[in-house]
Amino acid sequence: MANSTLSPAVRPEQPGSPAVRSKSQQRRRNRYVIAPLILIGVNVVLFLVFFVWPGALGLIYSFTDYRGVGKLNFIGLANFQKLFADSTFYAALTRTFLYTVLSVPLVYVSSLGIASLLVSKATRGRTAAKVIIFLPWLISPIVVGVIWKWMFGQDFGFVNFVITTLGGGPVPWSSNGNLALMVVIFASAWGGTAFNMLLFIAALKNIPEGLLEAAELDGANAWQRFRHVILPGIAPTSFMVILLSTIHAMKEFAMIQALTNGGPGTENTLIVQYIYKTGFEQSKVGYASAASMVLMVVLLAIALIQLRFNKKKG
Amino acid sequence: MATATKMPPAAGAKPPGKTRQGRAKRKNLSAPLTGVLWVIVAIYALPLLWFLLSSFKPGSELFSYPLSMIPREWTFQGFVDAWARVDFARYFLNTATVSLVTTVLTVFFSACTGYALAKYNNKGTRLFFVCILATTMLPTEVILNPTFSVIRDLGLYNSLAGIIVPSVLTATGVFMFRQFFLTVPDDLLHSARIDGASELAIFFRIMLPLSKPILFTLAIFSFQWRWNDYIWPLIVLNDPKWYTLQVALRSIVGAENIDWPVLLGASVISILPLVLVFAVFQKYVLNADVSAGLKD
Repeated sequence: MANSTLSPAVRPEQPGSPAVRSKSQQRRRNRYVIAPLILIGVNVVLFLVFFVWPGALGLIYSFTDYRGVGKLNFIGLANFQKLFADSTFYAALTRTFLYTVLSVPLVYVSSLGIASLLVSKATRGRTAAKVIIFLPWLISPIVVGVIWKWMFGQDFGFVNFVITTLGGGPVPWSSNGNLALMVVIFASAWGGTAFNMLLFIAALKNIPEGLLEAAELDGANAWQRFRHVILPGIAPTSFMVILLSTIHAMKEFAMIQALTNGGPGTENTLIVQYIYKTGFEQSKVGYASAASMVLMVVLLAIALIQLRFNKKKG
Repeated sequence: MATATKMPPAAGAKPPGKTRQGRAKRKNLSAPLTGVLWVIVAIYALPLLWFLLSSFKPGSELFSYPLSMIPREWTFQGFVDAWARVDFARYFLNTATVSLVTTVLTVFFSACTGYALAKYNNKGTRLFFVCILATTMLPTEVILNPTFSVIRDLGLYNSLAGIIVPSVLTATGVFMFRQFFLTVPDDLLHSARIDGASELAIFFRIMLPLSKPILFTLAIFSFQWRWNDYIWPLIVLNDPKWYTLQVALRSIVGAENIDWPVLLGASVISILPLVLVFAVFQKYVLNADVSAGLKD
């Protein structure tokens, strides 16, 4: 309280003599500029060093034939020209899109469905169910890959055992590219549900119960209530889940490394693996950076389209 | 929002018959919905259960048809072999160091940044907010090679610091704290200022303690991200001495002939620490209301 004379500094509307004002302005400047600068300082530096710097470097690399060591030789757009004529690049990009288009809806539906069941007062054993369904979140993508590789082993897996026991023939989960992709999609839905489920649970709980009861009194059936009350109510969360799982799917790496290693052959090599393989295993850094730039443009486009869509709706 | 705030009294004033009807309806639905929920639980639990139970089977039983869910003969041999083959002590130490140090730094700097973004609205903070948003859309994976160059040029290659330092800035952490501090009334800040507290003192003495729940939640999330991280350690580490668990595990999966008993044992051992952490701090995770930009 001894410092209460400082109070003019935080009451800018109070008139004071010019000398006091400039002094208090100085102090306000310190308060409102220096303090936040100190608080965000470290993260600003990290942002510049690990985001802006590599981003700029990547852009430069993409116009060179850099191989990780030696000098940079500018070769203009040659990397991009080569990239767009490279069928393995196209294959990786298309496969990534296919994976994203199939896995995102599955993750969305499963996490929203489970969240709804866990919020509904009609179900029993919700706490236990929540904990069990949440467990896959603890497991690293590498181990998720191992688990599903183990489940879907072609000659030894549990799934093929069940299928043959039921009288079917063994399914070539790892030698057929499309089936292998399916396993990856299941695995990613399994591993990706828990977190999105939490988001949906929070969003569903925020929908005022009175609103649902009012809709019920007005004669809305379950589907109508879902369509006209719940879905609009969770729209911001839905948007976030879709955007984030799309970006997450586009950069899937670890799980596939452990599950199929991009195989059979290179059929399920997704774009990040493509970048990793060309950049680190074949040390074509310039070429890989060009691929990175294409991925960056794709991700930005996805984010902007979804943001635009969200704005229009909201 | 106006209707939402009016709802509670309206719901309370409803004639009792309506709720009873609702309850009866709920009862009718209860059995089928519970059934659906638990079928889904079974589907989610099955891969993990099969995996866990398999890790207790002797190697000979792993592939012998017909398969059985419960091991016919329980054994810890897989774990013993895994422990002997894989230098777990080293990898645990490396991974724990990375996870703990990164978590402490992430939580602290996310709190600072989130607070500044929530409570100081000037050009600088607004601009940085946009920058942080951008990091969620352009993830690390996009700039692997140049990031590798940066790490090498900074002298961080092949060191645990090379994994720790770049992971400290996380958009999710910053957003979580920003969201939280936006809900803290500005009056609290103003009265502290009137009492003469310096800006940093306000943050450290009042705001940071207030944010304890977020602090714990982010700590657990961050720990999980770092424990399970693969891509950073993969590009930063070359010397097996510094390998983290995930990179070490992946080297067993990538082998020509997978030694399944060892791989199963090693995988199970690798998830135990997280299961423990989760068991202790479960409520912070399951009740987390993480509502903005989630990127690891």
